[in-house]
Amino acid sequence: MSKEKPCVVPPRRRFLQQSLALIPAVAAGGSLLSAAAGAQTSAPEGVSAHYVPTFFNNDEWRFVLAAVDRLIPQDELGPGAVSEGVPVFIDKQMELPYGYGHLWYMQGPFASAVPELGYQSNLAPRDTWRRGISATNAWCNDKHGKVFADLTHAQQEEILTQLEKGKLDFPQVSGALFFTQMLENTKEGYLADPLHGGNQTLASWKLIGFPGARADYPQVMDHPNQPYPLGPVSISGKRSV
Amino acid sequence: MSIKKDAVDIVIVGFGWTGSLMARELAETGLNIVALERGEARDTWPDFAYPRIADELTYGIRLKLFQNPSKETVTVRHTQSDTALPYRRFGSFLPGDGVGGAGVHWNGMLWRPLEADLKMRSTVIEKYGADFIPADMTVQDYPFTYEEMEPFFDKFEKICGAAGQAGNVQGQKLDGGNPFEAPRQNPYPTKPLKQQYAGMLFSKAAKELGYHPFPVPAANCSEPWTNPYGVQLGVCNYCGFCERFGCFNYSKGSPQSCVLPALRAYNNIELRTHAHVLRVNTDASGTRATGVTYIDHDGQEVEQPASLVVLSAFQLHNVRLLLLSKIGKPYNPATGEGVVGRNYAYQMNGGISLFFKDDKYFNPFAATGTTGMYLDEFNAENFDHSQLGFIGGATISATTTGGRPIQQMTLPASAPKWGTGWKKAIKNNYLHSMSIGSSGSVMPYKQCYLDLDPTYKDLHGQPLLRMTFDWQPNELKMTNFIGTKAEEIARLIGPDHYEMQFKGMDAHYDVRPYQSTHTTGGAVMGDNPATSVVNKYLQSWDVPNLFVLGACCFPQNLAYNPTGIVCATALFAAHAIRTQYLANPGPLVQA
Repeated sequence: MSKEKPCVVPPRRRFLQQSLALIPAVAAGGSLLSAAAGAQTSAPEGVSAHYVPTFFNNDEWRFVLAAVDRLIPQDELGPGAVSEGVPVFIDKQMELPYGYGHLWYMQGPFASAVPELGYQSNLAPRDTWRRGISATNAWCNDKHGKVFADLTHAQQEEILTQLEKGKLDFPQVSGALFFTQMLENTKEGYLADPLHGGNQTLASWKLIGFPGARADYPQVMDHPNQPYPLGPVSISGKRSV
Repeated sequence: MSIKKDAVDIVIVGFGWTGSLMARELAETGLNIVALERGEARDTWPDFAYPRIADELTYGIRLKLFQNPSKETVTVRHTQSDTALPYRRFGSFLPGDGVGGAGVHWNGMLWRPLEADLKMRSTVIEKYGADFIPADMTVQDYPFTYEEMEPFFDKFEKICGAAGQAGNVQGQKLDGGNPFEAPRQNPYPTKPLKQQYAGMLFSKAAKELGYHPFPVPAANCSEPWTNPYGVQLGVCNYCGFCERFGCFNYSKGSPQSCVLPALRAYNNIELRTHAHVLRVNTDASGTRATGVTYIDHDGQEVEQPASLVVLSAFQLHNVRLLLLSKIGKPYNPATGEGVVGRNYAYQMNGGISLFFKDDKYFNPFAATGTTGMYLDEFNAENFDHSQLGFIGGATISATTTGGRPIQQMTLPASAPKWGTGWKKAIKNNYLHSMSIGSSGSVMPYKQCYLDLDPTYKDLHGQPLLRMTFDWQPNELKMTNFIGTKAEEIARLIGPDHYEMQFKGMDAHYDVRPYQSTHTTGGAVMGDNPATSVVNKYLQSWDVPNLFVLGACCFPQNLAYNPTGIVCATALFAAHAIRTQYLANPGPLVQA
């Protein structure tokens, strides 16, 4: 990775920095910023850098930015989840009925079961995120002397892998459940319509070739095995940049 | 203290397909009808309006149009010796809610049963002997013939402006249709939908193997059409937002697009939404329904007296309402006695994902819920089972119902789940993969049934319905056989790589992945009150002024999607009420 020129701040990094401007400098540390380097080609103009999280506190927000950035990074295939606004998406979801578990049956008694009987945790999505971040950060502090957001990309990816494989578990929350929650919400935000806060430049839809909300395709049916010529459009009429 | 409303002639519980059809069919009698729907009012405009409806997260993932499990769900266990736990987060099946019910969000696959489907028990015994039926399998015949039901299949297809290619019109076999189809009086109202590239590749390979692929019959209108109720339908534009979504285009058959506009002409029907029915009330003898009790929008308990009660809620809710109302003898799996809750069944699906290099474009986003090519060679009794050791079968198809990226992204198992590797995988596979699917029948068993849960309650403090269900060897053998047939087609299509997803012989029912909302049984129809809840007119044996509609009445599940038979039998019941019951209220069949 080439050394960055101080006067040219890549837009995604600018988003990270400006988000972190809300956070006391001493808490923010420097490693997230130095770890955030990456080749940025398109300008994610749709992203609000001034977003103030509603559900997540400052420490949690730093975790979310760092974790989501590893789950769907910016790379040669285009923008990643952070500049697309996915952390914003997740924060908003936590304050919706979904985040509170109001879309699931959450009455007790709770019991563990064979996996085939499905979700049996008493945790709503916001509980899973909050407990997971707290437990993971405590583990990182214990093991590395730093919170998750201040570790290197390689260390962060290793921790996410351990959570994914169920090798890192906590009394407050299952590590695998926390990972599933993070990945599910990150992909939702990255692939959903921008009206929910993520996918702000339609980068994911452009990447895969999904035309979004066009919803009118008789001509496609008349031309089998042909590439679709038009770029994606969102519900609000946004087009990809 | 409950509010008591003035008595009406007919009360209808649930306002999806069957409830709205019943309301429309009985409206002409001039009788006073009250329809109760526990969910909210919904119509094409403004509730399904474009572009807001084209939102995968809201409708497809957060399931806005469905029953909210926080209010009511079921509990599930695999065997009687397990403790059932709540189906907390919907996956496997998705009961509807609100006006239109599951008729809003279905795919629109509109089948008539095969003749053998309707006389499954007697056909199997005739062909293979009674010993061929496993001891625990409670397979039954339907109580009507195909010929009796044919006019009602025909009528419902016309109500939907259904698109399809007939295979057998008045005994004349037609190329391009299903050669196994029973005789129809008329072709489909509108021409078949356009086909996707996946269906074309599938058809070519299937024909090379000697099969007869045909387009799936679709309740998606493909040409201008005005239905028998005088309602104009829109021509489908392949938007890719069928299942889990309301149709903004008035094309997909639904109560909103086909029935509700016709009901506005009648002032003898009142629809009350946010009316959650708690129970059917009966008189002291227990043999006559006196009406229903429900919780209204303000949380107040309301009694609605009525001379005739029609249960037209979703399959699971109808069974639960019968149990909560203590109508009909509950099924006892220890003795095999009792009928309410008996013969619960589901469907057995399998599939193959086919991945291609980027020279093939499948454009999965251009779709309807019913864009697909099917073959029926291995369905029901269309093939010889004598050496196979199972009953039933499956359709095999190449169907693509949409390309919505959160849920309908298929990746190879080896693809990374996150990071740059995942991004590469979605780029390389989204437009360049297709699938072959199978939808299989499931027989009923002594050990698979519905009753009330002893522990878990709904929002109103009433017990949840408990489902005791697991896959049985007959269906696992069936799906493995189907897998070998589907794999031959996949090989011939020649993908770069393919992956099989058929259940192994040790598989257990899993509530997590979506499979189908085709839950059936629990209040089955039949000729004998010892083995059925309702007669062929869907009239309760125990309470003759109560009719119970829907897939709860299926003696067992068939491979096909259920809506065609659900709606045809509802129209058949409505016809019987109009022409026989109202003149002489009482049992229409003597047991």
